[in-house]
Amino acid sequence: MLRFFAAFFAVLLMLLPLHAGAQSTDTAAPAIDRTATGGAQTLDDILRRQAQIKMDDSFRSDNTGGTSVPPPNGAPLGTSSDSDVWRALRYNKADVRISTANPVGTVLMQDGGMKWYEFREGPLTHYGSWLLLGTMAALIVFYLLRGRIRIDEDMTGRTVTRFQFFERFSHWLLAGSFILLGVTGLLTLLGRLYIAPYLGKDVNATLLTASKFIHNNVSWAFMLGLILVFFLWVWHNIPNRLDLVWFSQAGGIIGKKHPPAKKFNAGQKIIFWSVILLGGSISISGLSLLFPFELPLFAASFHHLNDLGVPGWFGMAPLPTELTPQNEMQLAQLWHAIVAFVLMAIIIAHIYIGSVGMEGAFDAMGTGEVDEAWAHQHHSIWLDEVKAKKGAPPAE
Amino acid sequence: MKAMLTGFAALIVIGVGAWYGLSQAGFSSQQVYSGANVRLD
Repeated sequence: MLRFFAAFFAVLLMLLPLHAGAQSTDTAAPAIDRTATGGAQTLDDILRRQAQIKMDDSFRSDNTGGTSVPPPNGAPLGTSSDSDVWRALRYNKADVRISTANPVGTVLMQDGGMKWYEFREGPLTHYGSWLLLGTMAALIVFYLLRGRIRIDEDMTGRTVTRFQFFERFSHWLLAGSFILLGVTGLLTLLGRLYIAPYLGKDVNATLLTASKFIHNNVSWAFMLGLILVFFLWVWHNIPNRLDLVWFSQAGGIIGKKHPPAKKFNAGQKIIFWSVILLGGSISISGLSLLFPFELPLFAASFHHLNDLGVPGWFGMAPLPTELTPQNEMQLAQLWHAIVAFVLMAIIIAHIYIGSVGMEGAFDAMGTGEVDEAWAHQHHSIWLDEVKAKKGAPPAE
Repeated sequence: MKAMLTGFAALIVIGVGAWYGLSQAGFSSQQVYSGANVRLD
């Protein structure tokens, strides 16, 4: 499990540069000699900007008229010029006063939108789609090579209760809501690309409207299911030494061995902690999106990461800590989608092994009753514990 | 299978309840972004 957590943390950190790249402008850039232009823009600045190379633009962002005292009678000389005002608006340094209900309106210009859009339509859509398709393809190949994992022993006809009613209810509450959220999330993200060109914009718009309604409201069932499942099963998912045995035998998925396990084996623990941690992260970013501009997450998170020196571990400049409310929403959307793609890929594998991939597995969540032969093969220690409680002799 | 169907039914009830509750509590975008000088209705 330690390895799993290390890998998860590494993946988490690897994702951060994507966010920083989406809107960072304050990374270090080589100093440019601007004495020839009296501190104003140089040809080198223009060329670097055209080549989309990071540049130190403090000569513009800081040049907003300063604190000069306005002359009497509103005379224009000696105070902020139009250029100063526009630069102040451009860099969000102007003292903007508004009469709308939300202070977000004070940001008149912010340049994160295009970068967010390009990332959303580009790498996010591209790699996210391939991740899901690749996972499904890998499972099909695995099925063709390995086939269904059968129960080696003869069925006994005697069953044990694997999951109680409330456990199964909580699982299906979480599972049903996750599938709905996944489908509606994919429709929202990919509809313009894959549906509008073929079925028309009207169909896509209708699907989007329905998807938004379902996604926003079903999210509460998902969060409730996540909390229920956490408290029901966390005790059984604490890592222990048996997990190392399970890993050493590849969980019986590859080969013919069936490592001993308690109620949950190491593979199931990976699924559990993935659902809890990734699902929790999706829930938090989802809440930030459900209540726009009310729950900003990233400036504070980046601040903590900078304090820990995390960006430096990867040779990166500190992450931006001054984010406009719009930047916060853009980052929340990207993070929400990236983590959701990873969790969807994991859950596709979970659905596979819980249905066609393993004989008898679905019964555990279907009726809650599993044959003793199945329980002995996959959860032998748990079966012995259940039998000991009932006073029955342990399985051979 | 009863647990599965109950879970799905609860999902629908919670979803409808969330929609109704949040609308009643004034959390719709229309209400959040309306003010003395801005009306979105």
